[in-house]
Amino acid sequence: MESIGVLMMCPMSSYLENELQKRFNLLRFWTSPEKSVFLETHRNSIRAVVGNAFAGADAQLINDLPKLEIVSSFSVGLDKIDLGICKDKGIRVTNTPDVLTEDVADLAIGLIIALLRRLCECDRYVRSGKWKQGDFKLTTKFSGKSVGIIGLGRIGTAIAKRAEAFSCPINYYSRTVKPDVAYKYYPTVVDLAKNSDILVVACPLSDETRHIVNRQVMDALGPKGVLINIGRGPHVDEQELVKALTEGRLGGAALDVFEKEPHVPEELFGLENVVLLPHVGSGTVETRNAMADLVVGNLEAHFSGKSLLTPVV
Amino acid sequence: MTTTSITQVLPRVLFVKRHAAMGVLGDSFVASTKFEVLKAFESPLPLPEFLADQSHPVSAIIAPVAVPVTADLIRLLPNLRLVVTTSTGVDHVDLVECRRRGISVANAGSSYSEDVADTAVGLLIDVFRRISAANRFVKQRLWPLKGDYPLGSKLGRKRIGIVGLGSIGSMVATRLEAFGCQISYSSRNRKPSFPYHYYVDVHEMAANSDALVICCELNDKTLHLINRDVFAALGKQGVIVNVARGGIIDEGEMVRCLREGEIGGAGLDVFEDEPNVPKELFELDNVVLSPHCAYTSLEGLEQLGKVLVGNIEAFFSNKPLLTPVL
Repeated sequence: MESIGVLMMCPMSSYLENELQKRFNLLRFWTSPEKSVFLETHRNSIRAVVGNAFAGADAQLINDLPKLEIVSSFSVGLDKIDLGICKDKGIRVTNTPDVLTEDVADLAIGLIIALLRRLCECDRYVRSGKWKQGDFKLTTKFSGKSVGIIGLGRIGTAIAKRAEAFSCPINYYSRTVKPDVAYKYYPTVVDLAKNSDILVVACPLSDETRHIVNRQVMDALGPKGVLINIGRGPHVDEQELVKALTEGRLGGAALDVFEKEPHVPEELFGLENVVLLPHVGSGTVETRNAMADLVVGNLEAHFSGKSLLTPVV
Repeated sequence: MTTTSITQVLPRVLFVKRHAAMGVLGDSFVASTKFEVLKAFESPLPLPEFLADQSHPVSAIIAPVAVPVTADLIRLLPNLRLVVTTSTGVDHVDLVECRRRGISVANAGSSYSEDVADTAVGLLIDVFRRISAANRFVKQRLWPLKGDYPLGSKLGRKRIGIVGLGSIGSMVATRLEAFGCQISYSSRNRKPSFPYHYYVDVHEMAANSDALVICCELNDKTLHLINRDVFAALGKQGVIVNVARGGIIDEGEMVRCLREGEIGGAGLDVFEDEPNVPKELFELDNVVLSPHCAYTSLEGLEQLGKVLVGNIEAFFSNKPLLTPVL
């Protein structure tokens, strides 16, 4: 298999790089200053693309790689892959579901507590020496607050299970009602926001869900409500979010994702009711290794004619 | 002075130090038609003179941790019959002296146990997933410059040893179970109603845990309970979270272990000499610090106020205390 060209779109895991290098001819896209020349040079040997949440396989790339057979994403999200074209051309697509569910859900709860109880600000307060001048202000309790989840898939369900342990009533919005679920369903995201103290984005990104959290939703959530985004930046209308926060119309936000990572709107840096993370939802050693094993496993299965482990297309 | 009749006088409750909750809740924090609150902190007089100046004696005192109820203080209050603390811990009350004089003691019960448990879990997730450190990284505009942030450690399936399985410890346990953690505990006594593995010895629990969460009270048996041996058993990847009392941990030893990489990280809400925090901790990214505010949510303190009032009213109507200690 050492002659099979695998194009890795950007640095994502040195463990993954090593494992791919052992088995295939690994081509690191980011090391080439002239991308079009690079593709021209290697177009006939590249049979697989490994992408992630930042860079996947769009229509242009797929059209530049005539021998492409499989796109194996180092993510569960598929928004950076043109699935339509893959389907049309018979290109297989795999992702990394399940192995990162727990980490993302853990982070969502960690963000809720960090935001409501101001853990990051508390840490700053102590480090700056301000504690010697007086106590930190009162914060907002988490236990018992209502949590509204947009999207009740694997990650949304895992978040609900954790929040229940804090006695939180759980509400959700989904395209359709989930019959075996004891949580309260709301038919629109605005209704969900109106009836929840904490709104969590946990659905896939698609044309339908782009800016699913818009100004109307933020106003419904209100000055006592908070938004948690562990989905994708484009789920939230970022410009409106900045306005809602700076004008005090929204109580707070904890964001792991942004519309144009790694760019984060300047206005958010000075706000004490905002927690910002550099897209670390699945960012643990254990999970990234498990994700890498899935990527490698899927590629090995494909190139030895076996069934894919986690196919999407 | 308020009188309900010519001969009847409302019990007087002494409030020595202004409580944080009053900044938001004002006098309604501890207000009742059944007793009168004497706010010593509003007087310029030192406490002994202030008390001497009162025409009717004090029969109860609200005792936050910052106002230890010592034998000396009790001597200033010869009519004292009830102490109500604003904390669950009563290590700042001379219980021996109270018992000797027949003074009843009530604590905050589990008014804010949920808040403390929430903070303990929040600190644990923060340390393992580097939330505060990564938030700093982004807010310092380092993300576009330095690229990806270093990976954290997965919480799921981690072995968590809870020191003290009281109301706070048991709430920490049920929360962490939902994250797929394996819970064990060490306590004065085994608690058969809980399904977790019990360790008689904290050192042995540390050797078999990825993190310790301290939720026990401070007393002579638990002073510096977490010492060099426990840290050595916990190991280089081990994490410690303390939401109980600073004195339960040998702080100097902990600082040394953190600086030398002998333990993996710490989430600390309490310290041996508050508000002083060892400066060496400020250089560390694997440490999350909090100014003893695990219990200070608005809702938790409203609940605390209700419990304080409830205890005082019950006592002076000869009803059982809601949350008796003595």
